[in-house]
Amino acid sequence: MNSFKKNLLKKRYNAERRFQWYGKIAIGLALTFLAVFMFQIFSKGYSAFQKTWIVTEVHYDKELLLIDAESPSKDDLENADYYDVAYKAMTSLDPGLPEEEDRQLIQMVSYKYETEVKDLLLKNPDFLGKIVPIKLTASDDVDQVHKGNYPRDIPEKNRRVNDYQLQIYDMLNERGDILSEFNISFFTSPDSREAELAGIASSFMGTVFSILVCLAFSFPIAVLAAIYLEEFAPKNKFTDFIEVNINNLAAVPSIVFGLLGLGVLLAVFNLPRSTPLVGGITLSLMTLPTIIIAARASLKAVPPSIREAALAMGASNMQTTMHHTVPLSMPGTLSGTIIGLAQALGETAPLILIGMVAFVNTIPGTPVDPAASLPVQIYIWSESAERGFVEKVSACIMVLLAFLILMNLAAQIVRHKFEKKWS
Amino acid sequence: MNLILVTFIILLAFTSYYFGRKKALVIQSSQRLTALPKFYGYYLAAWCAAPALIIFALWSVFEPSIVKTFILQDYTDQNLTKNELQLIYTKVKALAAGTYTGNITNFLDESANKYIQLKGIANSAKVAIILAILILSLSFAYRSVQKNDRMREPVEIFLKWVLFVASLGAVLVTIGIVFSLLFEAIRFFQAVKIFDFIFGTHWYPAKTFVRDGQPDPELMKDAFGAVPLFAGTFFIAFIAMCVAIPIGLLSGIYLSEYAGRGVRKYAKPIIEILAGIPTVVYGFFAALTVGPFVKEIGNAMGLEVSAESALAAGAVMGVMIIPFISSLSDDVITAVPQNLRDGSYAMGATKSETVKKVIFPAALPGIVGSILLAVSRAVGETMIVVMASGLAANLTMNPLESTSTITAQIVVILIGDQQFGDPKTQSAFALGISLFIVTLFLNVIALSVVKKYREKYE
Repeated sequence: MNSFKKNLLKKRYNAERRFQWYGKIAIGLALTFLAVFMFQIFSKGYSAFQKTWIVTEVHYDKELLLIDAESPSKDDLENADYYDVAYKAMTSLDPGLPEEEDRQLIQMVSYKYETEVKDLLLKNPDFLGKIVPIKLTASDDVDQVHKGNYPRDIPEKNRRVNDYQLQIYDMLNERGDILSEFNISFFTSPDSREAELAGIASSFMGTVFSILVCLAFSFPIAVLAAIYLEEFAPKNKFTDFIEVNINNLAAVPSIVFGLLGLGVLLAVFNLPRSTPLVGGITLSLMTLPTIIIAARASLKAVPPSIREAALAMGASNMQTTMHHTVPLSMPGTLSGTIIGLAQALGETAPLILIGMVAFVNTIPGTPVDPAASLPVQIYIWSESAERGFVEKVSACIMVLLAFLILMNLAAQIVRHKFEKKWS
Repeated sequence: MNLILVTFIILLAFTSYYFGRKKALVIQSSQRLTALPKFYGYYLAAWCAAPALIIFALWSVFEPSIVKTFILQDYTDQNLTKNELQLIYTKVKALAAGTYTGNITNFLDESANKYIQLKGIANSAKVAIILAILILSLSFAYRSVQKNDRMREPVEIFLKWVLFVASLGAVLVTIGIVFSLLFEAIRFFQAVKIFDFIFGTHWYPAKTFVRDGQPDPELMKDAFGAVPLFAGTFFIAFIAMCVAIPIGLLSGIYLSEYAGRGVRKYAKPIIEILAGIPTVVYGFFAALTVGPFVKEIGNAMGLEVSAESALAAGAVMGVMIIPFISSLSDDVITAVPQNLRDGSYAMGATKSETVKKVIFPAALPGIVGSILLAVSRAVGETMIVVMASGLAANLTMNPLESTSTITAQIVVILIGDQQFGDPKTQSAFALGISLFIVTLFLNVIALSVVKKYREKYE
């Protein structure tokens, strides 16, 4: 072989190797991005599952509480004045502090500390008149300092926690009076303007209600439509039109469905704004084509021999479909439905348009109560400037992703466990 | 009230099912049944529920507008515009519900009383008519049950109609989209010339403050030019495609042609996770991590970079789109017949030469289709742009500056309380319809390209 040919061959093999590397690099880049992304979310978010408490002592002094009765009833405790008692509990941390500087200590706990003082006494009425230790929710600034998310060595005026507060914090920390515990209230409390108190309960319930409403509306209609199109529809222009329509609907941007919800559900039908009911209906319109396509595919996968056998036994078309084809296609339809719902679950834009971004600090009990949803909560929190919300957003994302993974797993299980393999 | 009525109808339908079945068993003792007993039940139940529910639905749809016409009849001699009439009607309704807080005129009070009266009449009429229909249809159905007519066929025809109506659902949604968008958009284009909207280069809807109850037409002319938004949308989509096409296509090719079974089995689903992550999460990531990162790199290179650069939003959007392109192109490449590959290898071509010169051209229509679908997704993507790109509509081609898109502006305009009838709110619908048209156009082309390609090899 002459050297020219040899060189050419070498060149071609090099090109071959290069091309393979391009492919590997492309896949590597995609996987790297996923890894970086997951790492970022987890490293930022895991600390939100920890809650910081400040331990101090409270003296339930009857005089300060303005309780006159000898053995006060529950109502007396309920109506007592806790302001002074709570105030004293915090200021006792540094008795030497001049009175006008007291605010600095108060700012170290959440603004709801008075309620916490009250709740402890309501739970244990025999604490009245005694001095007892109490856990108070630390403010989000102290919380962030404790979690190491705030740099401490920058100039004081750029810090949200001043030198004095840091000093108190260090003293408490040394005494072991700063506690870190699993943050249950993140899961049980509704949204709040204060990062240390904000939880996902309201948006979680909003998501659950929206998904249920979405399922209730989209699943029956989609399955019935799929049955008609696959089993009964005559082949004509109109059914072709319906088909094209469904395919195009599946690719319409989600925000357009939001406009539909706003322009029709809210403006024409006057359904209540900001509620999971409207959100769920809007999402169901979006999920409808997804489920129809999945259901049709799984109906198509049922072999004709099943139908022929049923027809041969004298079943009518409707009986063949309802007794044999549809039940056999259910696993595929259900897993398609779950995947469609998982998509709807992560949708944000249409819900924003129908007003589910309103600040809701109650936990909704029904689908017609105002609520947010998990993705919208992520949006709301990520728009707020406070540092404490960054970890909350990441934690909320973790909850949302866990939800999605569970749903996709469920879809896989339904498909693999119940689907019949025709061979 | 309505709830009770519907529950009553449904309960009655259930009862009539059992009643019909029982009746069939009685008939059985004297003559041969024409169908299984349950069909007698279904027949009765269908006749009970369907007519009543249809009438109920029609009534609920038409009642409000009829009541409205009656109320507003009293105001026809006052020469009011449509908007003013609407306002009066809202006031009347609020007054009737006891939630009105403005000052109450005699006339308004009268109308509210009339409204309550009309509502009362309408309600009792509704109940009476539905009860009458229930009795009529049930007695008709019961007579055919008694006569032992054929029972299965009508039930199946009824079911078929139910299925057909359900399949119209998708069409209804499309009609709903088109009409809700068109309705508001047409009103918008009455206030703003369509020419100014499509060719204007300034988008600044906040400028249209209202003067004397009417927006200033001079300002309006200059506030709703959508060119910056269209440009921004396609610019960000272009950046996204610059990221997604090479990575998606190359990984699709690698997965379908080179990767071993093991790699394919794990890499493919892992890449597809990227498509399952909600867009709001990408938005957060773009705003918090990628945006500042791009800014830092740019500043280190001595460039002026906005924290909300188009580059950051576009790049993250591109990552989101990678799996669309990779799995779709994987599918079309796998669908290329094996004999094309074999022929190329037989001529001594290497694998990459086969891919580049034989498979890629053969799969090209499918790949183009998948890219068009991906573009349509990028154009319609909302949350990433809202969170990571700017909200001010700059007409720029610099990826380091911030720019805005159609979707982002829709969200900006409609977040919070909207006032219908305000040109600013209506402009969101005009944007919505242009977005709908653009994505529809892309989808139709993509689907027809993919379809054409499929026919070639089957």
